[in-house]
Amino acid sequence: MPKAKVNGVEVEFEPGMTVLQVAELAGEEIPRFCYHERLSIAGNCRMCLVEVKPGPPKPQASCALPAADNQEIFTNTPMVKKAREGVMEFLLINHPLDCPICDQGGECDLQDQAVGYGRDGSRFGLNKRAVEEKAMGPLINTVMTRCIQCTRCVRFITEVAGVAEIGLISRGEDVEITTYLGSAVTSELSGNVIDLCPVGALTSKPYAFNARPWELKKTETVDVMDAMGAAIRIDSRGPAVLRVLPRVNEDVNEEWISDKTRFAVDGLSRQRLDSPFIRENGRLRPATWAEALSLAAARLSSAKPERIGTIAGDLQDAESLKATLDLFRALGSANTDCRQDGMALGTGPRESWLFNAGISGLEDIDVLLLVGTNPRLEAAVLNARLRRRWLSGDLQVGLVGTPSDLTYDFDHLGETASALTALAKARSGFAKVLKGAKAPALVIGTGALSGPHGAAVAHAAAQVAKAFGMSWNVLHTAASRVGGLDMGFLPAEGGLDARAMTAKGALDVLFLLGADEIDLSASDAFRIYLGSHGDAGAHAADLILPASAYTEKDGLYVNLEGRVQMGQRAVFPKGEAREDWAILRALSERLGKTLPYDSLDQLRARLFADHPSFGQIDWAPRGQADLSAIGAAGDVGDTPLSSAVKAFHLTNPVARASVTMAECAALAAGPAKLAAE
Amino acid sequence: MSVRRLAANQPDSFAFSAESLKQVKAWIARFPEGRQQSAVIPMLWIVQKQQGWVSEPAIRVVAETLGMPVIRVYEVATFYTMFMLEPVGSHALVQVCGTTPCMLRGANDLKAVCQRRFGDRDHLSADGKVTWQEVECLGACSNAPMAAINDYYYEDLTPEIFEQILDEFIAGKPRAPGSVIGRQGSAPEGGSAVLQAASLYDGTAAKALKSLPNAEPKTRGKAKEAAQ
Repeated sequence: MPKAKVNGVEVEFEPGMTVLQVAELAGEEIPRFCYHERLSIAGNCRMCLVEVKPGPPKPQASCALPAADNQEIFTNTPMVKKAREGVMEFLLINHPLDCPICDQGGECDLQDQAVGYGRDGSRFGLNKRAVEEKAMGPLINTVMTRCIQCTRCVRFITEVAGVAEIGLISRGEDVEITTYLGSAVTSELSGNVIDLCPVGALTSKPYAFNARPWELKKTETVDVMDAMGAAIRIDSRGPAVLRVLPRVNEDVNEEWISDKTRFAVDGLSRQRLDSPFIRENGRLRPATWAEALSLAAARLSSAKPERIGTIAGDLQDAESLKATLDLFRALGSANTDCRQDGMALGTGPRESWLFNAGISGLEDIDVLLLVGTNPRLEAAVLNARLRRRWLSGDLQVGLVGTPSDLTYDFDHLGETASALTALAKARSGFAKVLKGAKAPALVIGTGALSGPHGAAVAHAAAQVAKAFGMSWNVLHTAASRVGGLDMGFLPAEGGLDARAMTAKGALDVLFLLGADEIDLSASDAFRIYLGSHGDAGAHAADLILPASAYTEKDGLYVNLEGRVQMGQRAVFPKGEAREDWAILRALSERLGKTLPYDSLDQLRARLFADHPSFGQIDWAPRGQADLSAIGAAGDVGDTPLSSAVKAFHLTNPVARASVTMAECAALAAGPAKLAAE
Repeated sequence: MSVRRLAANQPDSFAFSAESLKQVKAWIARFPEGRQQSAVIPMLWIVQKQQGWVSEPAIRVVAETLGMPVIRVYEVATFYTMFMLEPVGSHALVQVCGTTPCMLRGANDLKAVCQRRFGDRDHLSADGKVTWQEVECLGACSNAPMAAINDYYYEDLTPEIFEQILDEFIAGKPRAPGSVIGRQGSAPEGGSAVLQAASLYDGTAAKALKSLPNAEPKTRGKAKEAAQ
């Protein structure tokens, strides 16, 4: 490996690294604004100037300079110090001194680096320039006078998000960052430009003027808005969750999160269930816990075991699923299901419902077949990874299902599952591409797996995967689904599935564990809803037990690749609400079937003992599914395979309670409405 | 130069004329498949030729034609000051060079003429016939001061002649472009002062060349031997 000296210290580096990266290897900090390791190199802020030997006798921009063997790099010479001071002075010429009223204040790259590398004063006596604010939609607030033209946002939106909507117009002193004529950014990842912006030019609109970074309590946890389990940090003050920021997890979300993850948090303080409610004469009235639990216990114990059942929702932690499952098994009920959408997976080996290639494994695949899925809506961050792979030129994508803009090109092979059966037999076209692939992957969405033909579609897809040696990957949309399937939260022998449980006259008591995505209009059972938000489930409930949202409880979540991740509590539950498992424990006591755990740790110990896969925190298996065991041969039907996610911003009760998400959803639905008129 | 914005009043639509479309196709064909965006600057020129300026619908049409994001075309159109983002005078777009050589030779007087006749720069005159601008060096410094009117240069101007020329444009009868004092190219005033001798041209000074100026150097005898 080539070697270079950084301030006299010799380091080895990979060929192709830049001087900046080599200096970082040696532990030297290089100030920068425009350079970002996940974006292309622009080299326009000039903050990363260093001195190199051999080389011209002037400072060099280290971010754009390839390191050479036997190069000497200096980052602490008088020339470098002077160069940095000069660049900083120029950057600050037009930067307003409004740090006290700037949302970026306290977490601002420019502020920090001005203190670290700048001069103490300015020699600029003329007027500063002022730039008009730009409209960028309901998420991004702009104060464009603060912009230092690093173009990180332009590069992110163009390269990573794949929708070229932000640009740098005009030139020289007059350059401005803008969208085309003030249109809103349509990317599902647009919020990341707020994090990328090194100054306060792009800030979060919903969070504007809400708090200072040093006032906030920071809790590291995982996201539940989709099944990826992105690493997030929750910033809260007192009882309020103020914002969500991404954490770096190279194996899952790198450092991006979707707009839903970031901006749905205002839904955590709206539509909340803060006390138990009992329906009397068609109206819900607040009740005490004692009343509510007694009523629940009375109803559950008076019904026959085969006339009670439970459906689990999409945002549940593994502990509450486990406690519910244990309780209903103890009551002798076989009617348990965690699949609100009725997807046709869950039996057989674990690999059949996992994303077996792994999220980071997508870097290695060369041919991808998407079946009934729109990754852009179902897992936006994962889609960015697919796009990057596609941009590298080594990925070919085929799609069976409803086509839409995925931010990369694909061969559309057909709308219905019959295209799958045809593909398995085909010898030309995309089949030929698959035949020649080294690491092909099949990604099937839950939209294809649910519905009356789900099992047959799963079977047909598995046959294709088998014929071409593809890895089997299920793209879940529900954060709790893999956990639920892993612990067997499914109908036991002779039990009813979710659809059957909601049918007229099927049950006497239906226990909804945060289930909001299922049609309850036909059900005439006594419905107990345990959950955090007054959404579909609570509207239909006869008894409401207020529980915690994902920010208000410690919990385990299993992401789509089978990675068990631990969520942390950031704030306390609202009002009278309690943690889910504790409510279930209390209920079990009243039913005389006391669950054998008194604390969350005991519950977890029980979970790990019964299902060892839950004990492997932060580890994702990389298995291969037994493809012959997936689904059941049958009529695949002729309905188009469309994505399970119709409206990206409104997929769960938290997002539906969010005003920000409602604005985004209205904006996203706007053009479609016009077209329909 | 000031902040460049699209005009407030825009036409509803834009379509290439048959003549423009021919050029558009020719330009696109010059670039390899998948690199059509390279034609964005010629494309904007064609728009400007057809329309007189670059309108917002035209930017969208160009983006569509080249299969590129509209914001990228917008960036190019706002970057280059030669693309007019507002309607220009129907009879003349006057670009007065204001860079040092022209300024020293009286460009300020030309600007004063424009200011007096047409009002503020970068805007349509009251009658909509003329737009005038000050531009940076147009490369005709030896014939300073000069102005480019529509597509051609008018050089060696004085305020009086300049005003006459402007009147001619407004009347729709522009004179031939070039130096108004009859200068040949950028030769000195009054004609060339060098290469005057008649003998240069009647063949008497001609001599046979011993070797062509760029011929291969002759190999010396010794080197030849060594090579053998």
